Amino acid sequence: MANKPRVKVPKKAKSGDIIQIKTLMSHKMETGNRKDKKTGKLIPRKIINKFVCSFKGKEVMSAVLHPAVAANPYLAFYAKATESGTFDFEWTEDGGKTITASGDITVS
Amino acid sequence: MKYTKYITSAAGLLGLGAILVACTPAPTMKTGYDYAIPETQAMQDDDFSNPAFVWVDIGEEQWSTVDGEAGKSCESCHGDASSMKGISTSYPKYSAEDGKMRTLQHQINYERTERMKAKAWKWEGDEMLGMASFIKNQSKGMPLNVSIEGEAAPFYEAGKAFYMQRRGGLDMSCKNCHMDYPGVKIRANVLTNGLPNGFPTYRLKWQKIGSLHRRFRGCNSNIRATPYKQGSDEYTNLELFLTHRANGVAVETPAVRN
Repeated sequence: MANKPRVKVPKKAKSGDIIQIKTLMSHKMETGNRKDKKTGKLIPRKIINKFVCSFKGKEVMSAVLHPAVAANPYLAFYAKATESGTFDFEWTEDGGKTITASGDITVS
Repeated sequence: MKYTKYITSAAGLLGLGAILVACTPAPTMKTGYDYAIPETQAMQDDDFSNPAFVWVDIGEEQWSTVDGEAGKSCESCHGDASSMKGISTSYPKYSAEDGKMRTLQHQINYERTERMKAKAWKWEGDEMLGMASFIKNQSKGMPLNVSIEGEAAPFYEAGKAFYMQRRGGLDMSCKNCHMDYPGVKIRANVLTNGLPNGFPTYRLKWQKIGSLHRRFRGCNSNIRATPYKQGSDEYTNLELFLTHRANGVAVETPAVRN
């Protein structure tokens, strides 16, 4: 399945507002502990191991994820709105592949 | 029908556990949502945190994707997806062409192979589940309303017989749990009425969305019976029986369950 991220950043906010940002990444989060039923071999681990949210190049929130996290990790967090701009989101998969998304906010 | 039904009254008597015998029109049964824990309910309530919407998005994408030799997409004939509002509530439907019942998923593949001249989708594939949940999502909140009159009657009877039939190593029928003991615990799980109104459902156990027939297979193997194939006549008839049993219950697709 394609790893398509979903992000939700409020379109508008007043300066100083605390805003909620929601992200949901569609990912299998293969733990590395499961065995292939036919061959009996371990299925290699493939999870999102890192998530970073940044605003204008500055890190707002980051998380390190471990194999116990369920499939399709959903992360919601808060940030203070100070100026208009773009939130950039980046998910890093085992193997180094990154998936990015962004969301704009207008602060008045 | 012999079993009792839960009836929501305007005064909210349901919360007090009032159980009335089915004698008033338009009764509503408790759905899996009512039995779910608040955390699971919250996941379903918010369309964003509901992971099933990843598949609904796939369905939306497929809706306008041209596929097959006919060079058509769903959109070419049906226009905007809002035209699907209320369509799914009457499935499974009798098809004179097949001489049997068709679920929505059968119908999707029929349209694909006959009208679009495209390859049929796998029953449990991401595209199929995406499309089915996308179409059913258009009818969210509308009551299920399948007909068991006329041609559909024998299939309803077959579905009912399947539901009542004891099977498997545990010698249990669907009825033994879902009609007789909804709300009672079976090991750590709460038994529900077993309604189909939220399918395709995102199950936390599966970590993905799955079809009603996949759930049937799970149920069947839990009682140590040999499951039938997804899309088989047995399960299609059972789906008809279940959907008719849930007539009047609002569509929740895509639901989130444990």
